Amino acid sequence: MSRSALGLAGSLGTTLQRELQLAFSSPGRIVNPLMFFVIAVSMFPLGGRMSAEVLGTIAAGVIWVTALLAVMLSMESLFRSDFDDGSLEQLLLSPQPLYFHLQVKVLAHWLVTGLPLVVISPLLGLLLHLPEAGYGPLMLGLLLGTPALSMIAAIGTALTVGLARSGLLLAVLVLPLSIPVLVFGAGLVDTALNGLPLTGVVAVLAALLVLAGTLAPLAIGAALRISVH
Amino acid sequence: MWQWLYKLGSPRHFYEMTTGLVPWLTGVSLLLLAAGVVWGLGFAPPDYQMGDNFRIIYIHVPTSMCGMGAYVLLATMAAMHMIWNIKMADIVAKVSAPVGAAYIALGLITGALWGKPTWGTYWTWDARLTSSLILLFLFLGVMALRAAYDSESAGSKAASVLAIVGVVNVPIIYFSVQWWNTLHQGTSKLGGAGSANPPEIWIPAFFTGFAVIGLFFVAVILRSRNEILYRERRTQWVQDLLQKELTHA
Repeated sequence: MSRSALGLAGSLGTTLQRELQLAFSSPGRIVNPLMFFVIAVSMFPLGGRMSAEVLGTIAAGVIWVTALLAVMLSMESLFRSDFDDGSLEQLLLSPQPLYFHLQVKVLAHWLVTGLPLVVISPLLGLLLHLPEAGYGPLMLGLLLGTPALSMIAAIGTALTVGLARSGLLLAVLVLPLSIPVLVFGAGLVDTALNGLPLTGVVAVLAALLVLAGTLAPLAIGAALRISVH
Repeated sequence: MWQWLYKLGSPRHFYEMTTGLVPWLTGVSLLLLAAGVVWGLGFAPPDYQMGDNFRIIYIHVPTSMCGMGAYVLLATMAAMHMIWNIKMADIVAKVSAPVGAAYIALGLITGALWGKPTWGTYWTWDARLTSSLILLFLFLGVMALRAAYDSESAGSKAASVLAIVGVVNVPIIYFSVQWWNTLHQGTSKLGGAGSANPPEIWIPAFFTGFAVIGLFFVAVILRSRNEILYRERRTQWVQDLLQKELTHA
């Protein structure tokens, strides 16, 4: 089947399928960020003797910051192997619009690395004595926020994929850019715990997701072209 | 006008045009700085609430504002470099990043020194302080990314993309930290009609303000000139210049 015979939707479907197949063939890609998330969060209560109330007040912040780090550390697998074996170059040369392919690629990556974090987050809330009213907003916030974080982190990944050692540099580039998502994500839980209406904060988080999802692929594409040439 | 701007895009013309400008700009800026500092520290009346503490405003406000302006300059130059591939824009983007970072850092340090006697603490997670700190991080990220590349052209393109992404983010970051927390006093009108401040207070602030901006451009121009000489070191005009300098010495 020649590539040009595929329509846009068909080729996007193929990309999604390929990414998911690759992820499921090496389960470490799914499990490692999740293990990091759980282990890193459980370090915080061990780092200081804190009462249940104190833990409850910092729970949202701790979970959010750790989720941000987990998303960032999982980014290594987004472009690395494609860069090494040349398929990234093929993607850039493909007649299909790069913009949508990058969106699908990041989406697929989020499905296997970000979504599990959302699903496991109530367990971590339990470990940190998060008050009951916080669970729903925590999950909703992570559901809207982690894909936005994946999009933002993908920009940094694309900028550093051509470099030999990029881990720490990636953090330096990506962390400052992720602050709005972090502020409103953790803020959503605080808002709920203070009994205030959530609609506004949810709307801002959704807006950040739309903004990241539409603008980031442009930057990712430009960055990949620099990294490949 | 356009011709002049167009010429400024060429490293050689930039170098030649700025040769005569640097001593003037330096002299005027230093004079303004001296006048503003002496007036501001020695003669302006103390604030009725903060006493003499407020005098750090003469350095704090201009360095902070100039540091923020420097990021806009960096992003503008980065965009010009990406869109039109103007060599000079990349040179200015490269050399202005460390200067801008230093200005923001100076603004944070003077702010902390001012905060201790006024608010009772060196640091607080207030919206303005936090966004200045994040701006410093953005500067450092752009510098680190450029430094990580071995190839000058790839590094400059990558740093440009990051600077542009950063400038899109800056208003969002500011808005988000403002929503999150705020303590910093609002901007008050410094001078002119409707200002609560007497002229003895705001005139020296204008002096130091222009001085600080002038010195920023002196630093950027001097660093650009060095970078031009380095990048064009194999060209005939730099060789000729070098020859002339050597015979003079």
